[in-house]
Amino acid sequence: MSFEKILIANRGEIACRVIRTARALGYPTVAVYSAADIDAPHARLADEAVAIGPAAVGASYLNGERVLAAAQRVGADAIHPGYGFLSENADFAQACADAGIVFIGPPVEAIALMGSKRLSKIAMQEAGVPCVPGYQDADQSDATLIAQAQRIGMPVMIKASAGGGGRGMRLVHDAQALAEQIASARSEAQNAFGSGELILEKAVIAPRHVEIQVFADAHGQVLHLGERDCSIQRRHQKVVEEAPSPGVDPDLRAQMGAAAVAAARACQYRGAGTVEFLLDAERQFYFLEMNTRLQVEHPVTEMVTGLDLVEWQIRVARGEPLPLTQEQVRLSGHAVEVRLYAEDPRQDFLPQTGELHRWQPATGAGLRCDDGVSAGQIIGAHYDPMLAKLIAWAPDRATALRKLALAVADSRVLGINSNKHFLLQVLRHPVFRAGEATTHFIADHLPAAPAAAPTAPTLACAAALLYLRGRAQVAPHYHWQRADAEGGILQLEYRGERTALSVRVSGMEFAVQQGAQTTSLALRDVGPDTARIEIDGVTRRCDYLIHKDVVFLDTGDGHYALQDVTQQPARAADAAADGAVRAAMDGVIVAIHAAAGDVVRAGQTVIVMEAMKMEHALKAGVDGRLETLSAAVGQQVKARQLLAQLAPAAEDPA
Amino acid sequence: MATITTALDPASERYARNAAAMRTAVEEFRFIERKVIDAAAGKEARYRQRGLIPPRERLSLLLDTGAPFLELSTLCGYMQEEDRDGSGAGGSCIAGIGHVAGTRCVVVADDYLTKGGTITPLGAAKRQRLMQIAHDNRLPLVTLAQSGGGNLKLVGDFFGTTGSSFAMQARLSAAGIPQITVVHGGATAGGAYQPGLSDYVVMIRRQSTVYLAGPALLKAATGEVASDEEIGGAEMHAGIAGTADYLAENDADGIRIARDIVRSLGWEDDPTRGAPQASSPPQYPAEELLGIVSEDPKTPYDMREVVARIVDDSHFLEFKPAFDQGTICGHSHIEGRPCGIIGNNAPITAQGAAKAAQFIQLCEQARVPLLFLHNTTGFMVGTEAERAGIIKHGSKLVQAVTNAKVPRISVVVGGSYGAGNYAMCGRGMNPRFMFAWPRSVVSVMGPAQAGSVMRQVAEAKMRRSGTVDTNMLDAIEQDVVKTMDIKSRALANTARLWDDGMIDPRDTRAVVAYVLRVCREGDARSLQPNSFGIARM
Repeated sequence: MSFEKILIANRGEIACRVIRTARALGYPTVAVYSAADIDAPHARLADEAVAIGPAAVGASYLNGERVLAAAQRVGADAIHPGYGFLSENADFAQACADAGIVFIGPPVEAIALMGSKRLSKIAMQEAGVPCVPGYQDADQSDATLIAQAQRIGMPVMIKASAGGGGRGMRLVHDAQALAEQIASARSEAQNAFGSGELILEKAVIAPRHVEIQVFADAHGQVLHLGERDCSIQRRHQKVVEEAPSPGVDPDLRAQMGAAAVAAARACQYRGAGTVEFLLDAERQFYFLEMNTRLQVEHPVTEMVTGLDLVEWQIRVARGEPLPLTQEQVRLSGHAVEVRLYAEDPRQDFLPQTGELHRWQPATGAGLRCDDGVSAGQIIGAHYDPMLAKLIAWAPDRATALRKLALAVADSRVLGINSNKHFLLQVLRHPVFRAGEATTHFIADHLPAAPAAAPTAPTLACAAALLYLRGRAQVAPHYHWQRADAEGGILQLEYRGERTALSVRVSGMEFAVQQGAQTTSLALRDVGPDTARIEIDGVTRRCDYLIHKDVVFLDTGDGHYALQDVTQQPARAADAAADGAVRAAMDGVIVAIHAAAGDVVRAGQTVIVMEAMKMEHALKAGVDGRLETLSAAVGQQVKARQLLAQLAPAAEDPA
Repeated sequence: MATITTALDPASERYARNAAAMRTAVEEFRFIERKVIDAAAGKEARYRQRGLIPPRERLSLLLDTGAPFLELSTLCGYMQEEDRDGSGAGGSCIAGIGHVAGTRCVVVADDYLTKGGTITPLGAAKRQRLMQIAHDNRLPLVTLAQSGGGNLKLVGDFFGTTGSSFAMQARLSAAGIPQITVVHGGATAGGAYQPGLSDYVVMIRRQSTVYLAGPALLKAATGEVASDEEIGGAEMHAGIAGTADYLAENDADGIRIARDIVRSLGWEDDPTRGAPQASSPPQYPAEELLGIVSEDPKTPYDMREVVARIVDDSHFLEFKPAFDQGTICGHSHIEGRPCGIIGNNAPITAQGAAKAAQFIQLCEQARVPLLFLHNTTGFMVGTEAERAGIIKHGSKLVQAVTNAKVPRISVVVGGSYGAGNYAMCGRGMNPRFMFAWPRSVVSVMGPAQAGSVMRQVAEAKMRRSGTVDTNMLDAIEQDVVKTMDIKSRALANTARLWDDGMIDPRDTRAVVAYVLRVCREGDARSLQPNSFGIARM
């Protein structure tokens, strides 16, 4: 099948990445963009860009009809779906076929099959692909369930068939406890979901998440490109991926590769696919699911194979045979990828919205950055908060990890909180470094840490940088000896905590006093977004940015947004505490737990909103009566929008 | 332009002696300033407990972070009036020219930690001088007021003229120069008119009190019993009397409001402001300014050495250098803009006076500001000088100096004696700004000469009465020398506001450049005068 112009039905880094390869192969490219993405990098990078609707994904990137209409409008005769959005939507693939447009992806049937957990598991079992042993039949008698559990073997996981979120779920190590646990799980499932139906699965303890990249062409050739280890996950979201897996040797790789190829053959697969397995400590692996698309983490495979998987996808879609045979596939060295997200690890990874003031990824030999954002871009709540992927390659794993950690540290992300320092913690963790991380790694070793207050040196840096900005605003600068030392006082706020700082200055030397503690520092090589800061004879780089009254700082300590509140209005003494309930970020109201007139206590949830696939409870800040409520379920709200106003309960005058 | 080639040898013993003497003098006045600051800091704690911010910190909050602040008259009142230990230096206010919300302003913060912020005659004079600076340079005036009012022991001596400061406020308002006052404490009786006459008044809830008579006086006068808050609290003034235009919650909030008010003036939106010109620093280090003035006052030195260390690239186009050696005139640039310089190397002769008068006229014609560097023992005396018409020529110089409209800046480097002080634009000639180096002298004549004159007068009297008592003549002479010496020294002069402050010689270029800029921008600003002054409704 031939085509001449490729539309990329996606956004962000993957759209940019596909556009680059498509153009390298000589294809003009078409981007689609929502109203929120008019100036987004992918829309600018493509040869043509077509507006497909408002920001909400349902009306734009997830709307197959609009995407197809866009293709037809500019004469694009092939569509690359990227990942997410429409990439595993069988109806969309069918609609493409019906419209005579090449869908650069697998056949409709393969998408449909793998889209069903139950059917795919049956198909895989038939194809001899090892699956997690389990029981999911209609007979729910205690005797059958206990017998089946014993057949599967301990430990076993009891799950609510209709369930989710851990309710009705029991992990049983001891067969003696089965009866009691089944009863309790059934009761809980009944209460939670209205159905007491249970399924059983072998519990895979402390597994690795290992997936095999497969490729199939239209001529019956199927091969694999080795594995990726994606064990570092947080709430099933991958954070770090690497190839090869430290838990897989050539022998196991051959076994898993063969199983993955069998899986692909079983569904008459074509194009790029990923077969995901759980790998336990006994080197047993179990089919999890097959992703019928290009994966986010495909770059690590590209870096160890030297191949361009998007190029392969396009060639396969054109009907060409795979360019290599299994024997010709060579794996070389080690590649590691991290996903940089606009989310704040100190606030339970709450997605962050706002302007990305600075974005400058590290560059260098063996480093790759796939990004779809640019400095100045507004990171909104409508889409996935992933900013970029940073990938490092080296001949050996240890070097690759070190290089990637350095690259992460070197990359400048300012203006919006990110998981940058969390990624550094992972990359530098001894368990991960030793190659021993399982899917429990983050939960076991990096539990969510409460927001740490900025250290005195961090505050001192912020104060010095603010002072310098003030100095730079007056040109020319005059310097003379003064009766009192040159200096000023500042109030900086971090998460509601205010710190008073007194700054004494001599040239570029600063003494910053915070209570009884004084930090002496010198600023050197102060640039617009980076400076070197000397404290106690040691000089370190500090990335920073001052936007209005906020200093964004990225030091060895972490990243902070410190607000200069020195000149903020005082709260009026005759008005009581602010009883406003405001939206935490851009999002949609999903529930309202109080009505106007209700008396609520401080800390009580008033409104629940959803943004970025997560729910956020908006709580009353003070005791009081709900005076106004200007939110409705389903309403789209902006960050800081006033949703409810409390009349605080009368306080005793102090 | 010609560049000055220095003859100063920083390795020489003479330089070392000069520099050591000057350093000691600098340290001496810094020590006095420091003592006042430290003494105030020692009293902070109990005021902080009451929620009051110390005066210097208030000023820090008011001023833009990192922007220059030229503090003025830090030694006002030092060892004058009631001050016996030097702790009163500063006139109980901290003041100068600084940036508020991007706008250059004259700022005054009452130093309530020094003598309760009470105002002596010299303290009042300092405040008036600051108003004059605001007026002449068209700068908004921001006052952070918390004063105990007039010093009651001294007020009797100067009450008759105290109205002039309120008159000055009224004139500023009518001239179109905004005055913003934050009342941090009490403003009682006469003191109440300071905020009353300000164009913008900020008061602080449950902290400011403004009234003509407080509870005690009221009870005594009329028998009425009322609280501070009822008579003149901020809420009353903001809500009922209308004396306050803005109500703040605390010190910091009041200062924030003052900043907002200044921002809203749009004062810096003046299109005539020029971007800074490219300029080269002097070719010689400012540090060497310490070693020029002779340790021994009788040893002359070359004022060109000073010029070489304060003007751009040390360039100096000397005017009529061969016509007279004692008075040096010439063109230079400071911060890329022309500046005429007149300095002394010796007494002013008839020729020198004529040359300087001509030079001033040329600068006036070309709108070039003038910098006077004083080091003169005065006009030349003697029959030859008189025959050359020294009085006539000197008078012409005084006329030229006085009537020149270009900005005139005076720096007393060394001596400034007798009529030489007038000719060099001394305080009486109202220079826009005047600064003194430590070790400088302003006096009618030298102490030795004065002593000798007094001795001769006394001796003549004794001769007429028949007996000449040499011991008594010695005593008379020494007493005159001693008194004169103390009273003519730089510290005493600056304490009496004969200048706007003492400066470290090394800062001369920066300070002169800054005030020239203040003058230039002030002159370029057009005001909107009104005939009434702003009335509070």
